[in-house]
Amino acid sequence: MSDVVKRTFVIFVEDRPGVLNRVTSLFRRRDFNIESLTVSESHEPGVSRITVVCLANEDTAKRIEANVYKLVNVLEVDEITHKPRIERCLALIKVRADRAARAELIQLCEMFRASVVDVAPESLTIEAVGAPGKIQGLLTVLEPFGIEEMVQSGAIAMTRGSVPKAERRRPVREIQVA
Amino acid sequence: MSSNAPNPTEPAPLSRETMPDRRGEVLTGAQIIWEVLLREGVDVVFGYPGGAIMPAYDAMIQYPIRHVLVRHEQGASHMADGYARASGQVGVCVATSGPGATNLVTGIATAMLDSSPIVCITGQVGANLLGSDAFQEIDITGVTLPITKHNYLVTSVDEIVPVMREAFYIARSGRPGPVLVDICKNAQQESTTFEWSDEPVTLPGYRPVYVPKDDHVAQALELIAKAKRPVILAGQGVVKSGATEALTRFVDASGIPVACTLLGLGGFPASHAQNLGMMGMHGEAWVNTAIQEADLLLAFGMRFDDRVTGNLKTFAPGARKVHVELDPSEINKNVKVDVPIIGDLKKVLELMQPGLTGVERPAWTARIAELKGDSAVRDIQHLPDLGKLYAAHVIHDLWRLTEGRAVVVTDVGQHQMWEAQYYHHDEPRSLITSGGLGTMGFALPAAIGARFAADPGKSVWVVVGDGGFQMTACELTTCVQEDIKVNIAIINNGFLGMVRQWQEFFYGGRYVATPIKSPDFVKLADAHGLKGMRVESRADLAAAVREAEAHPGTVVIDFRVEQEDSVYPMVPAGADLGDMIKRPRRVDGRVAQHNPIFETGEDR
Repeated sequence: MSDVVKRTFVIFVEDRPGVLNRVTSLFRRRDFNIESLTVSESHEPGVSRITVVCLANEDTAKRIEANVYKLVNVLEVDEITHKPRIERCLALIKVRADRAARAELIQLCEMFRASVVDVAPESLTIEAVGAPGKIQGLLTVLEPFGIEEMVQSGAIAMTRGSVPKAERRRPVREIQVA
Repeated sequence: MSSNAPNPTEPAPLSRETMPDRRGEVLTGAQIIWEVLLREGVDVVFGYPGGAIMPAYDAMIQYPIRHVLVRHEQGASHMADGYARASGQVGVCVATSGPGATNLVTGIATAMLDSSPIVCITGQVGANLLGSDAFQEIDITGVTLPITKHNYLVTSVDEIVPVMREAFYIARSGRPGPVLVDICKNAQQESTTFEWSDEPVTLPGYRPVYVPKDDHVAQALELIAKAKRPVILAGQGVVKSGATEALTRFVDASGIPVACTLLGLGGFPASHAQNLGMMGMHGEAWVNTAIQEADLLLAFGMRFDDRVTGNLKTFAPGARKVHVELDPSEINKNVKVDVPIIGDLKKVLELMQPGLTGVERPAWTARIAELKGDSAVRDIQHLPDLGKLYAAHVIHDLWRLTEGRAVVVTDVGQHQMWEAQYYHHDEPRSLITSGGLGTMGFALPAAIGARFAADPGKSVWVVVGDGGFQMTACELTTCVQEDIKVNIAIINNGFLGMVRQWQEFFYGGRYVATPIKSPDFVKLADAHGLKGMRVESRADLAAAVREAEAHPGTVVIDFRVEQEDSVYPMVPAGADLGDMIKRPRRVDGRVAQHNPIFETGEDR
């Protein structure tokens, strides 16, 4: 399919044991491919927030949303791929740096608004925050120095602007009993 | 009460009416399990005891709930499923931890694939032992995660009431499905004040009910009004939603012909003039051709299973598609549709009914009649009795002799397809069969479950192959011990017939591992103290069926049918729906092949 792109889903779930397992197990068994996943507390007590990035076309995206909704512990699913949004990853990069290279590396960090968080005689550890593309850009320029180690978080994402009242998540959804 | 009892030494039998209201009393978790089951309307549970569920079993005798002791826990989950399918109510099975729980798995998956509401209660080791690989400990909530609608691990007594109420609510609401509740032994042994409220269950994230969008309904009505060659595809949703009458009204008003899926059979009366019959891999040729030639498909409560559509790329290429479905995740899963209507089928049909206008489609009616004439029904009735017994004979005659009123529970394979073709179901829930998972061994236990739910005036017939029967034949003993009456028709051809048929068609006729020996089923019945009969010719068939119907206990009939018979027509897996292997035909008045179940223009 031609419209296969990286898609970002924000999923609000009840903060209970095993819920993350239910979500990831669903992606696995329906053969939806996860690019990255992060989970943490949300602003609301008892509610966790999961950001999932996966490759999918429009139809698959709709089915991902519908399938995730079917999980009893899922409160809300929102695909924000085409909404104005802020998406950030965190990376820690340990790069080889002797005294000669150090200054140039620090300069590069400034350009990427990354910071040096640890200095050792033979290496620097850089912390970078940004959209996934920016991290990739930084990695490309650091490559020639020799990357010893790298760790990156999955994306976390949020839509820009304030949430319209109609779309605001009700703290506890009232459901009609059939 | 006791003063009126006829015999004071014998306690009066327990009944719902005489059960004390124990709300506010301190009860054990084990007692609370039964209190909840009673309040959820449960009359019968199917189960097998063991260490981790013993407290619950010990408390069971205080409650007016029938327990059916199975011979293998797989039987328990199939029985709960059969009960659920026959009644529309939640079926319940009980097993212990570890192997007891894992033995339920096939039955749970069967219920999941066919959206059958069951609640499975399993014992679990004490909460303090969880994760320690204790004796008979298995992570059954982990094991059943992908095959349950939802599941729970209960570690303390206070969770039992809310969790079990949620379990029943989730199992029966929305698109139904199996829910497993794993209850730690300590939770069964601990005590707490029993509290119960009749307030509806609320779950913050669970949305079982969807309201169809008005504009989608309007679009569907517009397509219907314009359609020249429409076909309704009726699935199990018709049965689950109780939409038989609504669909009949819809069809009567719109004049649109109906094709049924396997699980949809009975949802729309087979005898209705607009019922074309079953579609799909072993559907009739004219049904599949009509679908391929249609310009509008109205998919009602069906999910475009691959056994129904054949090759998706060439499926009904000229048809606009309307999909009425309760589960949004089914929309556009296999077949891209033009108008999705998400909601309860019965309500949607009622919503659409006033907008229907009677449109005459004489050309389409004539075309369907022509298709039927071209490859019409097998002429079973006039088939010469060559002294051989064909499975089609058995099913056809069974249909006639039971006047089409039996509840038929089938296993999986050739006999299942023959049943679907030759037993004409006029009522919903009169055919119980494993469609989605295709579980061999399903029939006998599911029939035992169905026996508890079906109208006592109706007979329950198991139609099963010699292979599938041997998978769960141990439940014959359950019939004896629990005094259950079902009639078992073993369609015995000495082969794993459907696999043999595929080997004949697609694997060069190499019958690898498909010839199968069986015990002497008459002697097997005899060994159980049950009635067993053998039928080898069509002449003896009616007498045996009548004798079975009249006999008070379970009866096993060993029908020795033609060994290398095949199910026709057949759409090979993945082939175009219109591309069928048809039945052998008569050439110059003679049957072209050995198979006498040839195509003729004569109707049943």
